[in-house]
Amino acid sequence: MAVRRLAEPHLQPASFTFTDENLAWAKTQIAKYPEGRQASAVIPLLWRAQEQVGGWLPQKAIEHVAEVLGMPNIRVLEVATFYTMFNLAPVGKFHVQMCGTTPCMLRGAAALIDICNRRIGHQYEVMADGKFSWVEVECLGACVNAPMAQINYDYYEDLTPETFEKILDEMAAGRTPKPGPQVDRQLSAPIGGATTLKETT
Amino acid sequence: MLDDKDRIFRNLYGQGDWGLDGARKRGAWDGTKGFIEKGRDWLVNEVKASGQRGRGGAGFATGLKWSFMPKQVGDRPHYLVVNADESEPGTCKDREVMRHDPHLLIEGCLYAGAAMAAHTGYIYIRGEFVRERERLQAAIDQAYDAKLIGKNNVHGWDFDLHVHHGAGAYICGEETALLESLEGKKGQPRLKPPFPANVGLYGCPTTVNNVETIAQVPDILRRGAAWFAGIGRQNNTGTKLYCISGHVERPCNVEEEMGIPLRELIERHAGGVRGGWDNLLAVIPGGSSMPLIPAGPDQCDSLLMDFDGCREKKSALGTAAVIVMDKTADIVKAMARISYFYKHESCGQCTPCREGMGWMWRVLTRMAEGRAQKREIDALWQVTQQIEGHTICAFGDGAAWPVQGLLRHFRPEIERRIDEYTRNAHLAETADEKVPA
Repeated sequence: MAVRRLAEPHLQPASFTFTDENLAWAKTQIAKYPEGRQASAVIPLLWRAQEQVGGWLPQKAIEHVAEVLGMPNIRVLEVATFYTMFNLAPVGKFHVQMCGTTPCMLRGAAALIDICNRRIGHQYEVMADGKFSWVEVECLGACVNAPMAQINYDYYEDLTPETFEKILDEMAAGRTPKPGPQVDRQLSAPIGGATTLKETT
Repeated sequence: MLDDKDRIFRNLYGQGDWGLDGARKRGAWDGTKGFIEKGRDWLVNEVKASGQRGRGGAGFATGLKWSFMPKQVGDRPHYLVVNADESEPGTCKDREVMRHDPHLLIEGCLYAGAAMAAHTGYIYIRGEFVRERERLQAAIDQAYDAKLIGKNNVHGWDFDLHVHHGAGAYICGEETALLESLEGKKGQPRLKPPFPANVGLYGCPTTVNNVETIAQVPDILRRGAAWFAGIGRQNNTGTKLYCISGHVERPCNVEEEMGIPLRELIERHAGGVRGGWDNLLAVIPGGSSMPLIPAGPDQCDSLLMDFDGCREKKSALGTAAVIVMDKTADIVKAMARISYFYKHESCGQCTPCREGMGWMWRVLTRMAEGRAQKREIDALWQVTQQIEGHTICAFGDGAAWPVQGLLRHFRPEIERRIDEYTRNAHLAETADEKVPA
């Protein structure tokens, strides 16, 4: 467990409401669940609110989601603080989630964490230009492509210190590096070619 | 070695088309109506006869689990929930199924729905898998458009399938925590009984199955239970997706038969242990929750990768995520990092887990440096036993076992570090608490 609190008052915006587009989308999400069970949509709605704000969840967004779903504020606050992908304070334009769990650690995640510390700064802190922030996270489920990091929504896999720095450089320069394995391999197949499924479609 | 024709996930590496056309070419959605028409009992019995055991970690017989659902649908609807909250360190198999063979999963959901009289299914995918979620949703949209699922579909069993997602909580892979999360609450496990087959999602009968389990069902039905039962060993039938990570030359996912020897698995598909088989220190055979197995003739050398094979070595197959460590690995530090994982992911509901995880991590971190007393090794063992079996869910067990495995097999290494630290104590600088790398 980790203690997770809302951002300081001076960071909190004065208000939040879903855009019309997002509100319409929210209704389609609520429709997935039986009548009276609209609380089920709380995670998708918080997620969309986080996207609308630009990567984090202010208090007003949590309260707005509670209002849309007819839930008490505390129930939504509980969810927002329990699930670690909800950022309770602002993050950079590129938010790096660096996997540090054992399979990645065995293959050199520590060197990548050093790079984050050197180039970006402390965890959760946003760089002065607003471009990057980073956090060490637990297993992201791409262990055969370790070490890896998730930057915004994409997985960058099979990283080395060199390729990782290059990816950060590219992003800083406004380009979009190609996600997935950064070495020559077909996704999760072994390097050098698959040992199975050589002929089938 | 398993023949390519006996593999279920023939687009495992995404080398072909994931969409409906590609899936149909690989045999998906073939004969579906016929299987549904044979009825609920036939579906359950066929899966029972195949001997398939759940692929999510616990290894419970799938057909048996399905048969626990009420025979008649009362005033409460039945639900199918697919557990795609793949977060066990070392495991990355369901991700490949969802992004490369999503139609096998969708087709399997339809059979499972029909077999348990459920007209609604939810797939709960972990929040981090954004691209996989998009892919899965696109495949479900294809299936709806082709009237393969949904109301009045061509197969004659009305079935709605929805994708739901989490937001970064390992514990939501526990089935009752997953249901809580799906209901819009914190993911804190429920006490069992009542079991989900009686009181599950929204208080209705529910069955929760793993992605791989469900995605294997269409092939079991198409090729016959006898085909599946003919692969592997008794009680350990069929094929399995193995994830081989850590200190091997070429880490990879691969589908192989159950019961394949560990050494063959690693050497044939992953290019062998770095520095050769003799350089092996230990493996964790089934994701981080399972005790490690050290190198040696009675241990890794003779390990068969199935449920009973791992059980013989006092570990478990779990999700079949093999984490390999060679002799360069700092085994105590690696296990301390696993303890940190559990400390981070504990839901905080039960005291032994909430307090015990941090305790184990702090002690192990010191032991990795040798900054401990030898009597603390026994204390640590005792604490693991006070956690194991004393929590609502199996998270406590899953966190205690890896530490027990370490103490069972590497106690001399910890003692050596303590001795070395003690011998050099006059040189040591101030011993600050350090966070593991």
